[in-house]
Parts: sequence; C-alpha cells; structure tokens
Amino acid sequence: MDFNDSPEEAAFREEVRGWLAANGRRRTRPDEAFGEGLDEAAKLALAKAWQAKKASAGYAAIAWPREAGGMGGTAMQQVIYQQEEAAYLVPQMIFEVSIGMGLPTVMRWAAPELKARFLRPGLAGEEIWCQLFSEPDAGSDTGAVRTRAVRDGDEWVINGQKVWTSSAHFGDFGILLARTDWDKPKQDGLTMFIVDLKAPGVEIRPIHQMSGDSEFNEVFFTDVRIPDQYRLGPEGGGWKVMLSTLMQERLSVGGNLPTDLHRHLVDLARTCVWDERPAIEDARVRARIADAYLDQQGVSLIISRGLTALSKGKTPGPEMSITKLVAAKAMQEISSFAMELAGPEGLLASEALGGNWRYLQRQWLGSPGARIAGGTDEVLRNVIAERVLGLPGEVRTDRNVPFRELDRT
Amino acid sequence: MNFDFSDDQRLLQDAVRTMLAENSTSQVVREVLEGRATHSAKVWQNLIDMGAAAAAIPEAYGGAGLGYLELCLVAEEAGRHLAAVPLSSCIYLAGEALQRAGSEAQKRRWLPGIAQGEVIATAAFTSTERYRTPSPLSFDGQRLTGTSPVLPDGAIAQLAVLQVGKDLVVVELNGPGVRRTALPTIDPTRPLAQIEFAGTPAETLEATDGAAVAARVLDAAAVLLAFEQVGGAARILELARNYSLERKAFGRQIGSFQALKHKMADIYTRIELARAHAYYGAWALSSDAPELPRAAAAARVAATRAFLIAAEEGIELHGGIGFTWEMDCHLYYRRARHLAQLIGSEHAWRARLADELIKEAA
Repeated sequence: MDFNDSPEEAAFREEVRGWLAANGRRRTRPDEAFGEGLDEAAKLALAKAWQAKKASAGYAAIAWPREAGGMGGTAMQQVIYQQEEAAYLVPQMIFEVSIGMGLPTVMRWAAPELKARFLRPGLAGEEIWCQLFSEPDAGSDTGAVRTRAVRDGDEWVINGQKVWTSSAHFGDFGILLARTDWDKPKQDGLTMFIVDLKAPGVEIRPIHQMSGDSEFNEVFFTDVRIPDQYRLGPEGGGWKVMLSTLMQERLSVGGNLPTDLHRHLVDLARTCVWDERPAIEDARVRARIADAYLDQQGVSLIISRGLTALSKGKTPGPEMSITKLVAAKAMQEISSFAMELAGPEGLLASEALGGNWRYLQRQWLGSPGARIAGGTDEVLRNVIAERVLGLPGEVRTDRNVPFRELDRT
Repeated sequence: MNFDFSDDQRLLQDAVRTMLAENSTSQVVREVLEGRATHSAKVWQNLIDMGAAAAAIPEAYGGAGLGYLELCLVAEEAGRHLAAVPLSSCIYLAGEALQRAGSEAQKRRWLPGIAQGEVIATAAFTSTERYRTPSPLSFDGQRLTGTSPVLPDGAIAQLAVLQVGKDLVVVELNGPGVRRTALPTIDPTRPLAQIEFAGTPAETLEATDGAAVAARVLDAAAVLLAFEQVGGAARILELARNYSLERKAFGRQIGSFQALKHKMADIYTRIELARAHAYYGAWALSSDAPELPRAAAAARVAATRAFLIAAEEGIELHGGIGFTWEMDCHLYYRRARHLAQLIGSEHAWRARLADELIKEAA
C-alpha cells in the first residue's frame, strides 16, 4: 500500500511535467482563472489555441486509440495529465464534453467517413461538442425525452427543446437524443443523432443561474433537418447509445468538486471571534473543522481507491457515486459554516469582505447546483441502493406502455 | 497509486474470514453473551495458530512477522464476525505497549507467550474521561497498589500493562495481592473487570515517556479498532439488506421502498468513508508515517460513527423482529457501543483530530 506512482506512471508524469513547463503558464495564485480580463471571444480563441497545442502533442485524448488520433495510453495516464495540468492556467470545461462524451460516441457509432470528418477537428478544439439529452420534462427521467425526430426521405426533421446544455452558446455540434417512435415504450423509441448547432432552426438561450453564472443553455429546435447519415446507431437504439456515452463518465474518477475546504475553516476560525476569543479555541468550532476534514479527506481517499483501480487497469464501479454525493453536500455545509463563523459580517457579499470570500461564496452558491447536476442526491442514493447494494428498482408505471399514452397523462 | 491491500494480504483475510464464518457463529458468540463461556477459546486458538493474531509481532518474538496491514484485515474480519476474543486487549494494546516500551529482555520475556497464545495480556492507560474516581494506581518501583477500574478481559488475563503516571508498568495477574472482579457489561461478549492491587510485585517497562508510548499505542489501536468497526458495520448492513429483500409489506419487498433504500445507501456511504479513513490509517501505521495521529483519529471517529449508525439503523430496518433477543441485531448494537468507548469516546477523538488539523495548519 502506498500513494506512489509506479515506475511507468512516474516516467509519464515527468514527461507531462516537461511538456507543460515548456508550453503552459503556471497559475500565480490559487484562484487565478484562465483568460481573466479577456472577453468571451478572445478567451475562446485562447482556449482553442491551447487545445490545438495539446492535441498536436497527443495529450488531448490520452486514452483514445492511436487510429482515432489519441495517444493509445491508459485512463491512469489521463488522470496523471489532469493532475499536473491543474497547476496551470488552462481552459476549464470547454472541451470536456467533446472529448469525454461527444467524440467517443461518434467514434463508437458513426460510419468511417464521419469519424474522419469529425474526430480530428474535435480533438484539436476547432469544433466544440455538446450533449443534448435533458429536457424540461426529462431531467432525472432521461427516457422521457419528447424532442421529436420525423423521417423525411434521407433526412430527419427535429422539433423540440433541450435544456442544461453546457457550452452550447459557442458549440458547433451536439449528440442529440430524440424520439422517433411514439408507439414503443419510452426507452425503445429513442434515436441518437449528430446535430449541427449552426443549422437553421436551432436557437440557443443561456440560462442565468442563481450564482450569476451562465454555464448552461436551453436549445430550441424548429424544423431542423439532419441527414440520415448523422444517425448514431440504429433507429430506436438511442437509449443504448446514450448508456455507452455515460459509461465514459465512469473513467473520469472524482470529478471536480473541492476536497480541501476544511483548510479554509481553519484559516477563518483563527481570525473570527466567538465569545471574545478566537473562534478556533471553541470546542464546537473545532468539532466542525474535524467533521469537515472527515468528509473532504474521505472523498479524496475514495478517489485514491478509484485511481488504484484505474492504475491496475480496472474500471471503478458504481460505488464511486459516493464521491459526488458526499462532496457536493459537504461543499454546502462547509461554505455555510464558514459564513456563520463571521457572524453578521458573514452576510456581506465577497466584494465587501475581500480575502478568500469570493471563493467560499462561490462554493455556497454553486453547491445547490452541484447536488443536482450529473445526478441528484436522490438519484445517486438510488444508484447506490440498486447497483451497489442490489436492492429492487423503483416501482414503475411506465414500463411496456407506449410513450404516446404516457405523454397524455 | 496503490491505495489497496495486496493479493497476499487478501488471501490471509479470506482464510481468516472462512475460519471465523465456521467457528465464530452466532451460536458460539452467544455462549459468551449468555455467560456460558468467558471467551471463544477455540476461535482465539485458531487465530493464534494461523499466525493471524500475532501478524504484526516480529518473528524474533514468536510472532508471524507479517505486519500491520495484515493485522488490519484480521481485525476487519474479527469485527465482522463479532469474534468474542481478547484480540484488542492482548494484541492491539498490551502487545503493542510491550513492543514499543519494553526492553529487549522484557520483549523476549513476554511477547512470545502472547504471540503463541500461552498468555492473555491486557492493558489500560490513563483516561481523561471517567464517571467515578477510583483509588489511583501507585507504584513504588517494585509494588503496585490501587485499582484499575475497567480492564478489558481483566478476568481472564494473566498479564497487564498499566499506565501509572509517566510509567508503564507490567504486572502478572495470577500472583498474590490481586483481586479481580468480573463486571457486568453492556456487551458481555467483550468482558471487563475491575482489578485491585495490594502491593502486587510489578516492573516498569523500559521506555521513559510512558505517556508518549501510550498515545502511540492508542493510535495503533484506533486504526485496528476502526477495521473491526468497519467489518461489523458492513456485516449488519448486509444482514439488514438481506432481510429487506425477504420481508414483504404492502405487497412489496420492504427493500423496494425508497425510504429504506436511501437509508441503506446512506449507511453504505458512511461505511465506505470510514473504510477509506481506516485504509489511510493502515497506511500511516504500517509505514510509520508522521500523519499517523491525524489518520488514526480520523479513522477512529469515522468508523465509530459508521458502526453506531449501522447498528442503530440495522435494528430499525428489521422492524419489530430486530429488537428481539433471538435476532443478532443487538449483538452489533452492543459491540458498536463497546468499541465506541473502549479507548476513549468519539468526542475525545474528534477533539484530537481537530488538534492535529490545527497544528498541521500552523
């Protein structure tokens, strides 16, 4: 038992470090963000330039096979690259869906000429991909998709609405789950397509989140035409294609929620005053710091177990669902307690407080979304109960019922 | 990254699990629960014969010379099967104290007997948490006087390591001047006794800073007990899960109700977090890492909480049958409480964890 790289992993890490040092720019402070001070267009151009550089060195898709333009490496090498890259000023979340979901689905299901058309420009960041599964009436229940695809000769005509689409406002293509048969039970009437987001009839509206950010969009389709060759997998096989897309996520061990928030509590408790003494001398405060560490370090250690599985060439199992369930809730509890430590002044916005409050308040405002995106707490508990503990699935009233009838109720 | 046990270590765990599944059955544990035996002697002998109990005692002192990682997995199985044996008193506490504080001669004198199962030893260190104040132990360099109020396995042990001020004192319990009183306990499968010493011959262990050794031994014990707690917690969750698949109400398996599914998912989550902390503690213990005090305290708090919750909710998940004497649920409920307080409360260890975190951040 150890936390060390294997000799091969260490060699790869050295190689990555060398490349990053020669090509990247290190963060100068912990909360420094990529493209600070640039407008959206300039930031996107800078991000695309970085992705192109990364792709030409082979680091854009480390675990992809060579014939698809990847490095033919391991999932563990991918993680090592991400760990090293984290110290650098690099774009966050712009190409994740392209590399992690869109393009792997193309690689798995598209005809050879389409792969030739899409994989290279996608990898190089010239084209950005989105994932279009969720709808206003199909959130956790993704099988309830109502966006309609109707065949018209060699084309499909799309009408409907998607929601929670990251990157759509600067995206180029998407993988789109649409309903092609309303007489089959819900999951059997779906088909997956590639959709051109610049095509006529596509309208994209950003969603204004409670944090003030706009990371997601609504995407509306009005008589959008898709050639049949853009269909991924068989007609009616969309559910299976989607599951293959989501399987890719299993390899992205740990996600991107923070695991060191307890340190902020220690720092704050030294300066905040409770009962005329530094709060850090208060036993209740100390107990909260200990509990914050237990959650944060616990998640980090479970991620280390997932990485161990990756390092041995195994796929981490559904038990990794724990990490998001615990980390997102801890993010909410710890940031809330940080604000509580400051008493009435904790009510002020970060602009009035300075220090690292911007970061802490972002955690507080971001945590409700973190508990929902990528599977709500409740869905994750069901995943653990059913897939890990083997408990029965939910009682369903929608099985073996034509979707047309469900849609009416 | 290799944050897991090796295949060889897992083989030992499997062997111990198989042995305990056959020998530490509910029926055998209940022999002790209901007062027909002081401990599961056959289970203890098997653990000795397999080299499992003495996994971390060096070969030079009669042990198996494997290491702490192996002992951690033995502990997990002992907890899982509620083994009614003096593993914690004899191995985690007394054996550790002798290894850490004894002179070469003292180690050669006492450890082989422990490793080979000829001697059951126990230990107690000064506790800052107490209900009554006993007549304190005093030691004049040769003779021990006073009371050790709650000594684990005190009624069956032949040897004890006791903290007296800054000294660790080793005393034989079979000689004159020792009065033992077995005490009724909330978990009779893990007995406690009061021992009164009246000028009993004893000797100090070599280490000069007994308190530091005691703290170090308690860190090791915290990690090992965390494995027992994780093992016990995982088992009671399994029992509750199995029952929820058998039992039907309102025309369905009760395990299909989301209220129960989510409760079990939460218990599982608590257990896996505790397991991760226990593994980290195992790593720190086996590699003698400076992180040990933090890792041990975290393992202790997380595993204590996990086992308590699993045991409490394990009964709840069973419904009415869960609080009958015949069901094993209460054995886990009792053991969870016993382990939660054996080497200091969850609260004391949480305070210790905070101390370490704040110290590290300074």
